[in-house]
Amino acid sequence: MNTVNYIKIEFPSKSSNESLARSVAACFAAQLDPTLDELGDIKTAVSEAVTNSIVHAYPDVIGKISLRGRIFDDNTLEIVVQDWGRGIEDVAKAMEPMFTTGGFERSGMGFTIMESFMDKLKVKSSLGKGTTVTMRRRLSYRSGSLK
Amino acid sequence: MKIATEFVKGKLVIRLHGEIDHHAARGLIENICSDIDKCLPKVCVLDMKDVGFMDSSGIAVLVKAYKRMKELGGELRVLNVCNQCRRVLEMSGLEKIICMEDIKR
Repeated sequence: MNTVNYIKIEFPSKSSNESLARSVAACFAAQLDPTLDELGDIKTAVSEAVTNSIVHAYPDVIGKISLRGRIFDDNTLEIVVQDWGRGIEDVAKAMEPMFTTGGFERSGMGFTIMESFMDKLKVKSSLGKGTTVTMRRRLSYRSGSLK
Repeated sequence: MKIATEFVKGKLVIRLHGEIDHHAARGLIENICSDIDKCLPKVCVLDMKDVGFMDSSGIAVLVKAYKRMKELGGELRVLNVCNQCRRVLEMSGLEKIICMEDIKR
């Protein structure tokens, strides 16, 4: 698989940046001519990953979050959300549906949604060093689309 | 996130406008619960016609509203859920306990 395009943005872990992050990812993915459902899935997964960093990686401070995107020549979109915050003690536990250490506005469904809405999800975390979430989704070829 | 409320004959209609994410959720939960506590309605309707996006934070919003209405012996209905929001709600299984009407396809 060859990379045909990429982006990288960095922003502080302010909740007002959640909508910015998913909009950037959606604009980047638009090059692959996704269906509305595919675009909705990508926006949702990115929103969940970025929100996790904002809520859990930096609970008491504002830290740096990086969002990277790559498009491969087989119509696959890769999104990587990275933070340098607290890290996750038990990744398997954090990925269980309904498990949350967040506040009353969290539902514990973040990783479950990322896993279901994307084809691949990889979570790498190290305590005190941060977390990297890598997601991939291969988009459908539609008649009339470039490629 | 903007909301508009209307209370007629025991029915509280709350129209939501915008995107429901973690940034919007805390304020939204507080506003919805405060409207419910003020009106003590028999039925609370959340109209999501103008909500084009929600993530899992929206699940928490609906669960909170549902629990508050249940405590009051009332009912929560959710109207006009867009496709993207419906997919998120299906993940939670909430559509099995909350009455959803006029689902847009």
